[in-house]
Amino acid sequence: MNEERELIRVEGVSFQFDSIPVLEEVRFSIAQGDFVAILGPNGSGKTTLVKLILGLYRPTKGRVLLMGKPVEEFHDWSKIGYVPQKATHIDPFYPASVKEVVGMALFSGRLPGLAGKGERDKAVDLALDRVGMIAFRSRPIGRLSGGQQQRVFIARAIVNSPELLFLDEPTAGVDAATQALFYEMLHQLNKEQRITIVLVTHDIGIVNRHVTKVACLSQRLVFHGTHADFCQSEAFKTMLASGHLVSHVH
Amino acid sequence: MEAFFSYGFFQRALLAGLFVAVACAILGLFLILRRDAMIGHGLAHVTFGGVALGLFLNVLPLAAALAVAILASLAILKLREKAGLHGDTAIGIFSSVGLALGIALASLAGRFNADLLSYLFGDILAIDALEVWLSIALAMVVVVVILANYRSLMYLTFDQEAAKASGVKTARLDLLLAVLTSVTVVLGMKVVGILLVTALLVIPAGAGLLLATSFKRALVFSCLVAFLSVFLGLLAAFYLDLPASATVVLTSFILFVVFYLLRRKRIS
Repeated sequence: MNEERELIRVEGVSFQFDSIPVLEEVRFSIAQGDFVAILGPNGSGKTTLVKLILGLYRPTKGRVLLMGKPVEEFHDWSKIGYVPQKATHIDPFYPASVKEVVGMALFSGRLPGLAGKGERDKAVDLALDRVGMIAFRSRPIGRLSGGQQQRVFIARAIVNSPELLFLDEPTAGVDAATQALFYEMLHQLNKEQRITIVLVTHDIGIVNRHVTKVACLSQRLVFHGTHADFCQSEAFKTMLASGHLVSHVH
Repeated sequence: MEAFFSYGFFQRALLAGLFVAVACAILGLFLILRRDAMIGHGLAHVTFGGVALGLFLNVLPLAAALAVAILASLAILKLREKAGLHGDTAIGIFSSVGLALGIALASLAGRFNADLLSYLFGDILAIDALEVWLSIALAMVVVVVILANYRSLMYLTFDQEAAKASGVKTARLDLLLAVLTSVTVVLGMKVVGILLVTALLVIPAGAGLLLATSFKRALVFSCLVAFLSVFLGLLAAFYLDLPASATVVLTSFILFVVFYLLRRKRIS
């Protein structure tokens, strides 16, 4: 795994929001093929770190390299998939079908209905098939369950065949049985499609089963390494004892 | 019906009205889904200031209104971004200032109140050939620009953060929507007047959303309501001898109620 290409490098990144420090001197890297969990209690800066990596926020100090380029100079966004936090809070009457939601990520300057429609439909169907949602392609997105919506958002995130997939608390509000199936699907995407996955969570039950590496945050990076080492670490014991992490059995 | 089509001023009104209403409906759909429908209302008030400025400076009121509305829409965007104002605060500020400017200029000049009234209530039956072609051209620009950016706009509307992380130029699209809204409001001003222009942006799109199960259907339904509102509204104005601006808006509301009842029936 160490010989794999480095996809993300976070170099001494600090971030303040309204002069309040959110992250301080965070430094780590993620290689191609990794399945990384970013762990930490609420308010530890997990979501902020992902947004800094994606260029949605600018660091107060330090820099982020995405596929070898400073994130502000990075343009190859089709190689990145992202499922934001609370993505499933959708108005039940929102006028978008499943295929439209997945197809949104295939944006282009072309007029709809003209060249490229066939290719777009094929890409959308392939992504929906991968997440087991092809039968729902014409349904309105707002009428699906939370777990089904989450699968559709994964399909949208992978429709461009990305190398790197970010998911921010993807199973919040989803029942345990659906969560297990969901993480099994991510595991397959990581192993079979070779998609590097960065998962923000505070559920170490997930970590036990699927991830290869862990980055543990509490404003600073308190641990970064393999899953096995994390389970033996002081960071793990401290977080578990303080009740900041939860462990759902899947 | 034949009498209706035989008058040149009705033909011109119908042609310009249909194009403008469809452009308003398409744009209105994006504005409603972004919870930004009131920007049309705010810019309409600003447009009143622009028309008054045009009349005061003796330049084409439509051009002055367009320039002022575009500047105001950009200022609203900047104020939202930089000052971190909540909700519709920036719109409220600029709409009030626009209206105040119009009132002040009208009072200073003290001679164009009748002209201003025609802009407030709209006068589509008085539209001349040049204005018809200008309206059609601008409405087509609005529609083509929206369709050319359709997928990105849909993504921005549905999930701004994910769109931005996918490389959609969200700031550029915000700017584009603001400018297009300014153009559309100025166009709508000729059809139904400053006071009712929000109706063209909100009611057909709102009706379309009631029955739509996909974005594409929402677009089709909204355009259909816009088309019928202008066509039936002008027919009603002709046969009932009522102001066209009022009949167009009231027809769109009746269609909204029909769509609402159809939705209730479908749900039950």
